[in-house]
Amino acid sequence: MTTAATECMIRLYEERHELEDYQSGVPRWCTGCGDNAILAAVQRLCRDEQLRPEKTVFVSGIGCSSRFPHYMKTYGFHGIHGRALPIAEGVKMARPDLNVFVNTGDGDCCSIGAAHWIHAIRYNMNMTVFLHDNQIYGLTKMQASPTSPKGLKSNTTPRGSYLEALHPLTVTLGVQNVSFVAQAVDWIPEMLYDIVKAAFHHKGFSFVRIIQRCPEWLPKLFEPWLHDPQKVRLLHHEQGLEISPSLSKVYKNQERHDPSNLDRAREIASSTDPIPVGILYRNPQVPCYEDLRGTGELRTSARIKAGLESEFDKFTVWPQEKGQQARPAA
Amino acid sequence: MNETTLEKTVTPAASKVRPLVGRKSASLLTQHVIEVISDSGEGAQRCGQALGAIAARMGNGVWTDEIIPAEIRPPARSVAGASGNRIRLGSRQVTNGGDETDFVVAFNEQVLLGRVRAGELKPGCIILLESMWRDDADPKIAESYADTYARLVAEGYKVHEVPMERECRALVSDARRGKNMFALGMICNVYSLDLQLAREQIALTFGKKAASVIKTNVMLLEAGYHWAEVNLDFSFSIPAVRASEPQIVVNGNTALALGVLASGMEICAMYPITPATSASHYLSDVFEKVGGVVHQAEDEIAACAFAIGASYAGKCAVTITSGPGYSLKQEAIGLATMAEIPLVVVNVQRGGPSTGQPTKAEQGDLLTAMFGSHGDAPKVVMAASTIEDCFYSIITARKIAEMFNMVVVVLSDASLAASQTPFTRPQFSEAWVAPPVDQSPIPPGAKPYDWDPVTGLARRFIPGQPNGMHTVTGLAHDRLSHVAYDPDTNEESLRARSLKLAALAKTLKAPPVFGDAEGDLLLIGWGSTKGTIEEAVERMRTEGAKVSSLHLRFLQPMAPGIKEVMGRFKRVMTIESNWSDRPDDELIDETNRRYSAVAMLLRARYLVDVDCWSQVRGQPIKPSAICDVIRKKLQQ
Repeated sequence: MTTAATECMIRLYEERHELEDYQSGVPRWCTGCGDNAILAAVQRLCRDEQLRPEKTVFVSGIGCSSRFPHYMKTYGFHGIHGRALPIAEGVKMARPDLNVFVNTGDGDCCSIGAAHWIHAIRYNMNMTVFLHDNQIYGLTKMQASPTSPKGLKSNTTPRGSYLEALHPLTVTLGVQNVSFVAQAVDWIPEMLYDIVKAAFHHKGFSFVRIIQRCPEWLPKLFEPWLHDPQKVRLLHHEQGLEISPSLSKVYKNQERHDPSNLDRAREIASSTDPIPVGILYRNPQVPCYEDLRGTGELRTSARIKAGLESEFDKFTVWPQEKGQQARPAA
Repeated sequence: MNETTLEKTVTPAASKVRPLVGRKSASLLTQHVIEVISDSGEGAQRCGQALGAIAARMGNGVWTDEIIPAEIRPPARSVAGASGNRIRLGSRQVTNGGDETDFVVAFNEQVLLGRVRAGELKPGCIILLESMWRDDADPKIAESYADTYARLVAEGYKVHEVPMERECRALVSDARRGKNMFALGMICNVYSLDLQLAREQIALTFGKKAASVIKTNVMLLEAGYHWAEVNLDFSFSIPAVRASEPQIVVNGNTALALGVLASGMEICAMYPITPATSASHYLSDVFEKVGGVVHQAEDEIAACAFAIGASYAGKCAVTITSGPGYSLKQEAIGLATMAEIPLVVVNVQRGGPSTGQPTKAEQGDLLTAMFGSHGDAPKVVMAASTIEDCFYSIITARKIAEMFNMVVVVLSDASLAASQTPFTRPQFSEAWVAPPVDQSPIPPGAKPYDWDPVTGLARRFIPGQPNGMHTVTGLAHDRLSHVAYDPDTNEESLRARSLKLAALAKTLKAPPVFGDAEGDLLLIGWGSTKGTIEEAVERMRTEGAKVSSLHLRFLQPMAPGIKEVMGRFKRVMTIESNWSDRPDDELIDETNRRYSAVAMLLRARYLVDVDCWSQVRGQPIKPSAICDVIRKKLQQ
């Protein structure tokens, strides 16, 4: 693969990257949109981790949240609806040396791209995935999404949505090879940052569902949770996140949860009230698909020639061949 | 023929018959079409493949086609269940499957009936038919056999009953698994093929199995050979003109996969679909040897998106599919077109629409390849015309994709996919291989879509290149890749993407005319029909017809000079394997006739009155059918 070749490049100077080195343009999200909080946390992560902008790619699908790459001064791929994950997988397979992030919405990931989501978990490629879940289609102007609560009135469900909401965390935790699942809410930036950071440091498919507000279409949806800190349960553990004293003063509803406990993670995941916030599950032992598949060796034309010639040999009829005469050495 | 060797190895069963003296004299032929057909799982495929390989090693021209039932396990002794191989042998190079079959080995009368009803057997065709059914315990089977036999004989077929089961059972306990090699032995005798080469071929075929397996199969081969020598009073010889250079014998799908290897592409993303999958099977087996990866994605869309992601971040990638998969990939192909990401898409066409005929050949996807994906999405479309061309097309496609940052669609079809014919072993060239991924810094101020005003081309910035950071998008965008909805930018970007096709067209050479450069009739074809059309043209030219042909490798853009070529002929018509309305149908007239794909394109592009003749029978078009078309057209 290309890793070796690209890593051979000598860096002639070291740069220090500031926050503005990761900022591009003025986000066109609505004031109060949860996407802004996610952008701030991610730009901070890039700065704190000193990610090289040219070695970092943000891949997205379609929707409000999928505008995200445009606001990062890194490489970005604003793809098509639902297909962010397979695009990101291709990027990672071709270039394991790149930091790959994915921004996808609840429509993008859980509806039109649902098949890819299930399989991306199973591939467990090393990338950090943010599910921007505002429980509504925003860009197309307020249609119910798979994660919309039952009874939600929208332009396509004027008498209230008919079905129970799909729960992204329980789905993710039900798939073979799941290796990192966390949940954040946009209104607790400190936890959001800590979770984003932990997700980035996990080697594998790090899935972070971020419950975010849509001030345009569902301005009051999360008001009960904003007004009552008891309706948020913070997860902490010495193997997970530690909660700061200042945060603990406000959010007293806490649970010590070992992220290696999958059964408990699934129980926690199914709770919508209180909303669990923190790392639900982490298993660093799950192999990454790119490691299983990538050869990690430099591909040269000499190697291709040797491989090709040996294949040709299998299918060759030699002109001097008569009966059992020997073939020329390959 | 080394009779001494044979004498030494004659089997107990065969030794009962008279020794090999007074070898019957063989009639000389220039070409013949042979079929071996059986129920699925009886090994006729393997027999046919071995025959093709033996003849190729003797230096004969060979074209093999697979006869494949659509189901994995069709019912035994069923008309629809015929499985086997069709082998055309010739003295010279053979470029297509030829006309109706001259000689058949059939393991039961039902599979044979399937071929008779399909009109695949030549009048008076020689048939070697397994005779065990005559005495079958089931009276219905015995009756069916006797009736069919009588009917075929009455219709003039030269039917020879062969007790294959009985002869094989003298050597092996399960004759059903050994008949195919017995059949191979008979064919080797009938066509005067080198028995020693046949033994070697068996060793190759069963190379991974135990020596005893090879020994048993060689015994069966020799028994079949001997049986034919004693019991059949005819034999043929198709003298071979041995090629002076090493030849490769592979089918079209293997050739495609070898092309992927040779092109230096590193990632192939695919989803299983007939008849494309065998290319990925082979590639899965060998790609890792040169550091490549075959990714079996969760669906066709994901396969295309994965390949696009890989291309975007590294070397051009490839996705291999067939019609239904191609339809699913259309939106992603539009994304690659819009974002100007190189991509090779291979479509091994099958019968359509919808699920259509998965194992049958058709050229029905040209227009969807050219015009599919919404909006104006210009992409390059090439069609492989021979098995050799399957190999080289992929190398060319990769180069064009990376040079022009475009999607290149390579069309093959089910008939190239499973056919085999030898072609000159390619000489490796460094120029085939994709260069390493560019990781050099981008000059400050350079723009990711700095479209050249003349060619529309722009340098692609690849992740990892310092100063090149930008976000590609499927949205309308400007030179900085910023989302842009203003009218001027939109037209500027559409113009640039379109101009790239014109720029590519300028680099293409006019395709050569087969036959004289002027005349009464020009046939135009594309894709897998090349060999068939040219054989028909050649036959008709020897009859004095002023007919020539032109074969298009690039369908989009088309090479320059085609209009000039057409202008030198009184009439022009395309020969295609896709639907065109029949002019003699009651409702069809000039104004409503739906023409075949290339005919429509040529008419639209060049304002030339191009007629078309097409067949969509799921089988390769036969040269004799085209000869009839030529005769009729010249009489008009």
